[in-house]
Amino acid sequence: MDRSVAGRKAFSLPESDVPFQEMPDRSHMRDDLELPEVSQLEVIRYFSILSQRNFSIDTNFYPLGSCTMKYNPKINDELSNLPGLADLHPLQPEATVQGAIRLLKDLQDDLGEITGLPAVSLAPLAGAQGEYAGLLIARAYHEARGDDQRTVAIIPDSAHGTNPASAAMAGLDVVTVRSDSNGNVDVSNLRELSDSRTAVFMLTIPSTLGLFEPNILEITEIIHNAGGLVYADGANLNALLGIVKLGDLGVDICHSNLHKTFSTPHGGGGPGSGPVMVKDDLAEFLPQPVAEKRSGCYVLANPNQSIGSINGFHGSFSIAVRAYAYIKALGLEGLQSVSQNAIINANYIQANLRDKYNLPQDRYCMHETVLSASRQKDRGIAGLDIAKRLLDFGIHAPTMYFPMIVEEALMIEPTESESKETLDHFIAVMRQIDDETNNQAELVSEAPHDLPVTRLDEASAARKPILRWSPVDLDDQ
Amino acid sequence: MYPEDLKYSKEHEWVRINGSIAEVGVTLFAQESLGDVVYVDLPEVGSEVEQFAKFGEIESVKAVSDLFCPVEGKIVEINHKLVENPEVVNLEPYGAGWLIKVQLSDSSKLDELMDAATYESTLE
Amino acid sequence: MALPSNPSINHPYIPSTDFERAEMLSVIGVDSFDDLLSDIPLEHRHPPMDLTSGLSEQELGSRISGFAGENASPSSGYVSFLGAGAYSHYIPSVVRSILQRGEFVTGYTPYQPEAAQGTLQVGFEFQTIICQLTGMEVANAGMYDGPTAFAEACLMAARVTRRNKVGVVSDIDNRLLEVLISYVKYQDIEIIEITPDTRVIPDDLACIGIQSPNFFGEIQDVERLTNLAHDHGALSVVHVNPISLGLFKSPGEFGVDIVTAEGQPLGVPMAFGGPYVGLFACKKEHIRQMPGRIIGYTKDTKGRAGYALTLQTREQHIRRERATSNICTSTQLIALMVTAYVATLGKQGIKEVAELCYQKAHYAAKEITNIEGYSVRNKGTFFHEFVVTCPREPSVINAELLKQKIIGGLDISNRSDNGMLVCFTETNSKKDIDRFVEGLRQLGEVH
Repeated sequence: MDRSVAGRKAFSLPESDVPFQEMPDRSHMRDDLELPEVSQLEVIRYFSILSQRNFSIDTNFYPLGSCTMKYNPKINDELSNLPGLADLHPLQPEATVQGAIRLLKDLQDDLGEITGLPAVSLAPLAGAQGEYAGLLIARAYHEARGDDQRTVAIIPDSAHGTNPASAAMAGLDVVTVRSDSNGNVDVSNLRELSDSRTAVFMLTIPSTLGLFEPNILEITEIIHNAGGLVYADGANLNALLGIVKLGDLGVDICHSNLHKTFSTPHGGGGPGSGPVMVKDDLAEFLPQPVAEKRSGCYVLANPNQSIGSINGFHGSFSIAVRAYAYIKALGLEGLQSVSQNAIINANYIQANLRDKYNLPQDRYCMHETVLSASRQKDRGIAGLDIAKRLLDFGIHAPTMYFPMIVEEALMIEPTESESKETLDHFIAVMRQIDDETNNQAELVSEAPHDLPVTRLDEASAARKPILRWSPVDLDDQ
Repeated sequence: MYPEDLKYSKEHEWVRINGSIAEVGVTLFAQESLGDVVYVDLPEVGSEVEQFAKFGEIESVKAVSDLFCPVEGKIVEINHKLVENPEVVNLEPYGAGWLIKVQLSDSSKLDELMDAATYESTLE
Repeated sequence: MALPSNPSINHPYIPSTDFERAEMLSVIGVDSFDDLLSDIPLEHRHPPMDLTSGLSEQELGSRISGFAGENASPSSGYVSFLGAGAYSHYIPSVVRSILQRGEFVTGYTPYQPEAAQGTLQVGFEFQTIICQLTGMEVANAGMYDGPTAFAEACLMAARVTRRNKVGVVSDIDNRLLEVLISYVKYQDIEIIEITPDTRVIPDDLACIGIQSPNFFGEIQDVERLTNLAHDHGALSVVHVNPISLGLFKSPGEFGVDIVTAEGQPLGVPMAFGGPYVGLFACKKEHIRQMPGRIIGYTKDTKGRAGYALTLQTREQHIRRERATSNICTSTQLIALMVTAYVATLGKQGIKEVAELCYQKAHYAAKEITNIEGYSVRNKGTFFHEFVVTCPREPSVINAELLKQKIIGGLDISNRSDNGMLVCFTETNSKKDIDRFVEGLRQLGEVH
């Protein structure tokens, strides 16, 4: 913005080819419009330079736990931009978009197969929306049975923040269940907490500690005996492809994050897609639309007792195209291999770092391992410092301080996309940083050193927020 | 550092008594745990508060905590300086970083609070 | 007993070889991969999955191109006059080019700001541009889409005013209302309808929610309704079309409290409904109640300028069940597209696009008014959409038009007798408009 020069333009539009129409009277029209005035090269240069100030999967290793930063295949981007897909209006007559609806139906079917929860809606625009839809479905189910006492969502203390936030939006009271000393859901605590007020139990599988609940069958039975439903947060689905189906474990509802497990790009913070999958007897409650095939034609249907519309149109269609392409490119054996390699890679890192970083749970992990920087903290270096020092090596930090039940948590998820050389490099760097905490602590505590900016003053940004450019110098605001 | 002339609650608030007015703030420990304070959400002057009930929120960059009132009565003053300069809570938690002043309605409730030594021992 | 896992295959997306896997397993200290699965119930391991084998890139391309080929679109020679919430606008090559940059496309949410100054600075520009277009003081970095932004705005108004009744002005897009209903369902919030010319509103409204242009394309009296809201202690929430702001007065000029919009018209492909981006802007005094991510300007420890997510204590990862919203991943890349589009079109271009849309729509309206049996329902000022009252069912007319490769306007006969909601943008040439008008004329004659 600050490089605008009056009169510059970056684009030219055609002249109007219709006879001139009187414009509305001036009382409706705006007098001024402050927007950039730059040349086309300046636009290209500006954005190109900015892009070079970003880490990305294309350029860096991102061992972010629970984010599944795997390779985003370029063919997926290309195919989702095809004319005939990218230029379709959402309200076109169904007869004119049979190919699009068919793709959605096929994707629904595949996601249903993978999770073992066959009824699917692709409407939710992100995991959090999928969670919200799932909770609305649970409430609708109970209300349809005339049971309106069910107002409680039981959520583990290790849950992702969106879980209780979504529960609150759905008007549910949040009751927290403890984790036991093995990092699993405390089954006897769960038994105490589940009763006739339990609407739903929200569980991440595998957990946010990267561990599979060994008592999963008992857990789902407890909830069902109390009359509640089991909701699985599918953020960690990358560990389960072809290994186990959530539907077989007693899960009633789940969501998946296409921008995690199914390789669609993170885009710097979205767009995502969070389809919701349910057992057949909950299908009537799914959010609209659901793609169906009726008498040989593909339609976008509205389930009988649908919870309604949770967003404007049909969900993130071009994200769905990418996920569809990914699933088809891998196929059955490929998807099984994804989880196998994801699990091996995470365990390999765990095995190689456990002598230097505390491992709170001495078990094999699934697709992610949670280490603790508590030993380093005792030397005065926090997990945050380690994260910043990793950036100097071109490696993005792992997920930090989450789950909250582990002190100085570092959640590391390499994914199956990374080669053994990358894993070995990461291990070597982590070991070096640990050494530095002993001998050259400021290298770590003042990191990063080699990036365009180092640690930013977030306190001032929060106290006196400056949220937009204005003609007055930013520093004088 | 926990001044001896103050009383303390287990939720890390302190109280300074001036006659029938109680001045309330958060302790050194509290502001250290929070980190740089960026915002304090205080109630309106004139509102009633109960002992140990939530009366506001205090935010840092990475956390938000509830504030629990160590005394009971009516709020007669709030610290407007914190709107522009919330960092004063970190710099002078027992002085200029005070939060609210309460007209006490029941001074016997003060017996529920700890002295400096007792409070400090709870921090170990 | 559990079946052993199928051995991993080699695939372009999975680098490890059999040898490397064996090496890693021995470092881990197990004999086989299955030894890592001991927590998984035996009887449920390796379930059969009815999925086909993997396709090569060529086969994949062929299959998906096949799907694309089954659809009617401009690339297969169709012209469309559909609007109603998603709009056809020309997307400059610059925007597409910027989107090729993998550093933008495959980056993560900027929780580590030092590693994401690109995404953050673009987001800051986005917030700036939204403020400039809407005339508001602050904007967030984007919500999912227009309707969810509108719903979140009403929820925010309820929080700010501590009231639980939301007033919505008639003639809004039903999709806005349906999404709002989904969002307030368990929040103890009542929704009531307000007529656009009302002089009286209840005293306990949290907000008046207005769509302008409304569903039928009509510009509303935002100023009057805003004053009415303020007189009763309620907030004014206005949902706009962002391209129309190239021409019409910004809501900020009327003292509106929260502005929302669907950002899709600003350089985002229609893509059969998404992904889009919800625009959200409000007055600075309400900033702590604003949902969504916010990017702030600050300095690093060496005094260099930079950007970071700020006011994060509003969000779910800190405040959990007391968060302003559960939103986590939103639509950052789409916000980038919008930013690139507006930067490219610039001050002059945005104005020109809006003017072109206005010109084409009003030309079409004149021509349609002159057809026997057809009339334009709109009385007041409209932007680029209006309602045509047809001499017969719009569905019948549209079915016939389709044979001429014309996708007619939206059949809204459930809200307006024999009504068709048509939209004209800079992508519709005079030739196409004349062909559409001629088609309508012929179908009006056949009775």
